Amino acid sequence: MAESLPKTPMLDELEKGGWPSFVKEIKLAAKKSPMAVDLLGLLERSYKEKIGHWKHGGIVGVMGYGGGVIGRYNDLPEVYPNISHFHTIRVNQPAGWFYKSDALRSICDIWEKRGSSLTNMHGSTGDIILLGTRTEQLEPIFAELSKVDFDLGGSGSDVRTPSCCCGMARCEWACYDTMRTCYDFTMKFQDELHRPAFPYKFKFKFSGCPNDCVASIARADMSIIGTWRDSIQMDKAAVTEYAKNGMDIQSEVVDNCPAKCMDWDGKELHIENSYCRRCMHCINVMPKALRPGKDRGATILLGSKAPIVEGALLSSVLIPFIKMEPPYKELTDIIDRIWELWCEEGKNRERVGEFIQRVGLGNFLEAIEVDPVPEMVAHPRENPYVFYEEYFEAGDEGSEEEEK
Amino acid sequence: MTDERRTDYGPPHYERFLPPIIKENYGKWKYHEVLKPGVMVHVSESGAHLYSVRAASSRLLSIEKIRAYCDLADKYCGGYLRFTSRHNVEFLLSDAKNIDPLIADLKKLGHPVGGLQNSISAIVHTQGWIHCHSAATDASGVVKAVMDDLLEYFTEMKLPGKLRIALACCLNMCGAVHCSDIAILGIHRRPPRVDHENLHKMCEIPNVSASCPTAAIRPAMVGGKQSVEVLEERCMFCANCFTVCPSMPLADPLNDGVSIWVGGKVSNARHEPMFSKLAIPFLPNNPPRWPEVTEAIRNLVELWAKNARKYERMGEWIERIGWPKFFRMSGIEFRKEHIDDFKHAGLTFKRSTHLTF
Repeated sequence: MAESLPKTPMLDELEKGGWPSFVKEIKLAAKKSPMAVDLLGLLERSYKEKIGHWKHGGIVGVMGYGGGVIGRYNDLPEVYPNISHFHTIRVNQPAGWFYKSDALRSICDIWEKRGSSLTNMHGSTGDIILLGTRTEQLEPIFAELSKVDFDLGGSGSDVRTPSCCCGMARCEWACYDTMRTCYDFTMKFQDELHRPAFPYKFKFKFSGCPNDCVASIARADMSIIGTWRDSIQMDKAAVTEYAKNGMDIQSEVVDNCPAKCMDWDGKELHIENSYCRRCMHCINVMPKALRPGKDRGATILLGSKAPIVEGALLSSVLIPFIKMEPPYKELTDIIDRIWELWCEEGKNRERVGEFIQRVGLGNFLEAIEVDPVPEMVAHPRENPYVFYEEYFEAGDEGSEEEEK
Repeated sequence: MTDERRTDYGPPHYERFLPPIIKENYGKWKYHEVLKPGVMVHVSESGAHLYSVRAASSRLLSIEKIRAYCDLADKYCGGYLRFTSRHNVEFLLSDAKNIDPLIADLKKLGHPVGGLQNSISAIVHTQGWIHCHSAATDASGVVKAVMDDLLEYFTEMKLPGKLRIALACCLNMCGAVHCSDIAILGIHRRPPRVDHENLHKMCEIPNVSASCPTAAIRPAMVGGKQSVEVLEERCMFCANCFTVCPSMPLADPLNDGVSIWVGGKVSNARHEPMFSKLAIPFLPNNPPRWPEVTEAIRNLVELWAKNARKYERMGEWIERIGWPKFFRMSGIEFRKEHIDDFKHAGLTFKRSTHLTF
């Protein structure tokens, strides 16, 4: 039995209102968990003092893994002894965040016995977050998770738990099998995921189309975004149907096309596909009439991250189009070369995007043996400061020929 | 042999968790329609209909609530459910008759249904004071206050387009805050207070110096102990030093608070992805309901809703009308803090006479 709840007038205010209340969740957990009781007390204190009470984590984890557990201690352990340790466990979510109730219940049972009973479904990177346990519980928790086939996720300077949109499981726009690819990559890079050996973190996110529902272009070091090379598939009768049902095709569809590659004469929609930028807008608003083409694959982009340290970056194009079919060898070979270079030359806590900014994309491409193509830039350079690496001396003429 | 430790087995294979209707129609979906707020149907080439019901969740969930979700999934859809990238829960139904009873049960449980199409979906957010050492504000509390206020925009589809809100409780941004229509970002405004007594025991001094992107931290002897000094006028409050060294705390109740950013997007639809830009440099931490923040966000949402064209995201609308007009219309005072002075700042200056008056 848990002790009685502390007085929390400020938090109680957040039990009101129509949006689901996290305070109610903590109180639900506090019916059985002394950890949740102390969390209520500590959080109320933070609300009064307007400051957090958590310290940097120490190094905690399970044997054989360097990642997956975030150590957390509070700075008032005498006042809140039940959460003196409050470590987070990251559990690798199933692809697409699909579950069956029995699997979720098995995780709940473990967490009721060995943790705070509080979770995040899910963390920002995609893991199931088990929020708050003690050091001595880590090994038993891992052993029990293992029995129900759940493994830990990544943390620290490793491959972070890959995540993906629901793809072909429930979306007509998936241009490759995101869930399968996410699963295959997660399995292929298990060693890199569990044993941090990089300069800093490396995230993969798999989106099935350019709508990018998992925000891979903003949040993944490698963004794998589905696209197509051929023409948008059109059902002309369905287009007419949309028009008949009141859609203003000119203003809603044609005028919003960023490539201005469509026209509508009041009867028929014409798309000049060689100018289409694969933005998805027309497909989004007329899903019954338009679909991505049949020659599908992905665009690979590299380097996005949040601001710390050198400023936020969006991923930029590395491979304009690639087929995404197992065993993905062309792509995984490039990944191997990227990691080899970045591990060798990257600075501590330097994401791959920042590394590219520092050494230059041209040099980076040369080192990973990828040819530069115009799809990689918004426009060519505007300054004349080219770092030519070689120059001729008098009498060099013809030397190129001789070298062959 | 039986005692051999099992490692590196990865997540359970997703096929175990797919309902039969999804397994049968995997990769065969033809189109989808939103039937009403929070409910959509996906129609397969085979003619199968899959109904998804999306409900709000607080992201921070007790196991009691997860079990309640499981009970609903067992009752209505064979135990199958999923979560979205914005923390909503979705139930996957093959029988349309179950939609309304499920929605009624979800409402009873305190979980409104919505978040599809031209609505505000749940706020992607971080841990805040619940669990993070570097938080400059709480996360769950601000989100709860903002969404209580904006609930009608989750449960109805009355906006011109999608609106994505995200919150990060410090500049580390565990979430796509930097590319959101509206971003709420916790910020520090006081340079680190160096714990000279303990720094040499806790931290590698060269690492602490090297962690500063503006070279504001230099090794120094203080009171006979090896430590560092901070050139305060160079500090931009990124807290990277604190991340590598606990003896450099920046959190401070008098100076911590929230900044508001607008106009970012992730999707490629119409306009290319964009970063969010600074709208309001500072609002105070005012728990438990952060009234200044909720009011500022409601104003931004309503201003955009009233003026944007159909499908136009916040950033697309502002780009069309221009930033000067945005500041005039919103009544937000334009100040020195709005002008970039970090790397490549010059690229953000107005370099034309394309101005509105």
